[in-house]
Amino acid sequence: MSSIRERLDNSPAGPRCFLYGPTASVCLPELLSSTSLSTSPSELTGRSILIATRDQFAAALAVIELDGIARRLILCTPDLPSVYLPAIVEQAAVDAIVSDNDRDHEGLAVAIRTRSQPIMMAAREHPAASTGVHRTEWILLTSGTTGAPKMVVHTLATLTAAIRNIPRAGPDAVWGTFYDIRRYGGLQAFLRGVLGGGSFVLSGAGEQVGAYLTRLGARGVTHLSGTPSHWRRVLMSPEARAIAPRYIRLSGEIVDQGILNAIRSFYPDADIAHAFASTEAGVGFEVADGLEGFPASLVDAGGDVEIAIEAGSLRIRSTRNAARYVGEDHSGLANEDGFIDTGDIVERRGDRYYFLGRRKGVINVGGLKVFPEEVEAAINRHPAVRVSIVRPRKSSITGSLVAADVVLDGATDPALDIKREILQICRDRLAPHKVPATIRFVPELEVAAAGKLARHA
Amino acid sequence: MNQSRNEADAAMSVNAVVVSQIQQIAEDDGKTLPPLTDDLVLLDSGLDSLGIAILVARLEEALGVDPFSQSEDIAYPVTLGDFIKCYERAAESHVIDSREVG
Repeated sequence: MSSIRERLDNSPAGPRCFLYGPTASVCLPELLSSTSLSTSPSELTGRSILIATRDQFAAALAVIELDGIARRLILCTPDLPSVYLPAIVEQAAVDAIVSDNDRDHEGLAVAIRTRSQPIMMAAREHPAASTGVHRTEWILLTSGTTGAPKMVVHTLATLTAAIRNIPRAGPDAVWGTFYDIRRYGGLQAFLRGVLGGGSFVLSGAGEQVGAYLTRLGARGVTHLSGTPSHWRRVLMSPEARAIAPRYIRLSGEIVDQGILNAIRSFYPDADIAHAFASTEAGVGFEVADGLEGFPASLVDAGGDVEIAIEAGSLRIRSTRNAARYVGEDHSGLANEDGFIDTGDIVERRGDRYYFLGRRKGVINVGGLKVFPEEVEAAINRHPAVRVSIVRPRKSSITGSLVAADVVLDGATDPALDIKREILQICRDRLAPHKVPATIRFVPELEVAAAGKLARHA
Repeated sequence: MNQSRNEADAAMSVNAVVVSQIQQIAEDDGKTLPPLTDDLVLLDSGLDSLGIAILVARLEEALGVDPFSQSEDIAYPVTLGDFIKCYERAAESHVIDSREVG
């Protein structure tokens, strides 16, 4: 498989194709003869490179430049606590780091630090000369049970394999996404857009949705993707009228009929599709009939993406599956038969399957995964807490929220102050979407037969 | 006459509950709120979509209704006034529903 640069070089992408950030833009063909990095490509050849920029525009330029040059590209998510970086550097054998701020990551032991520049420079050597040397491993980070991220290995081939034809996605398409492109959903959209010869409008770090919608509108966005929660936020924005996309895609959370209908009535001319995808299993399928759930005919139907249901759980085997995890000796990703168990529970009603939620109690807050164990560990730090259990609570705005049941030590009066103190501990240690939305004090917790806390809601 | 006054009281209390819950969430987050007028854009109130989700969850506990999960035809509110109207309408139909059940 050729690198992104080689594919761009051979694509019909004219000089109209741009990558737009909040404050800068770059013409994609021009990118092929210039660089945004302070280190020459020859020094970065064959390296395991951590992309740890604050801004996703800088990350976008870096991945386009380094695919085919690097041995590995590890994409840091924007909210990754820096405490996990040393372990990532060690396990992924990182020997170079790309940042866009000189003071970032000073303590990390890496051979090369390269700075992403706000202005593109003519390359000292034509980087295309060194592309295609390596079939770069792309490593995406996804949440793990303890809070430490898991490293999921993809290649450009698994990230872009067998993508269904997207309607009206030619070189005049202008793409955007509410995801961060350093997460699977955003990276998918980014690669589709850029490799399809279109332009791409990236959101800025901390940019408000209204400001992003205004920029998307000014660039004439045609293809736009996000989670159902992102789209609800769009429909609550006065700037929702600034855009008139031709293609709208939802994924990353359970898509309900309410949000599909609301988007349909607001953007009547758009093709609306919802997709199932996960970092590990890749894109499973896309549904374009305007209804929630998916047709039962997709299951056990063969094809290049095989879908199976076992014990109520959705399983996927395809060329889009990730290869493995880094840093874990078990092959934990696929089963012996090559299927990846997504952990998403479905139920058949008539000729359709509907998503019910996640096994193992993983909570999906607006497309971001929360492991209950991590939140419980934070709550249990409060000296008055004897035991706690964290569960999903259904939300009509973000799909789910984090809810906690807490048992206090017998002697403790469940005063309001304790709730406030517990929340403060959680806020100090956890990303905002992991902090419990509700805390309930209960006299005791239900214990399942196996002696484990009963996690079902 | 009496009936319309009851409706006015009910509407006022929904309004007051929504405003006090917004203030509570902002206080928890240590945020300062702009004046909570009807034409304030909800997403400019200092609440992001996670904050709005928490607000909707707390209002469900306080008022017993979630107007955004009641049907498949939802008009998402843009301003605080729209948001409060969603609750006033939902609270009315909630009262009628419980009467029918009772």
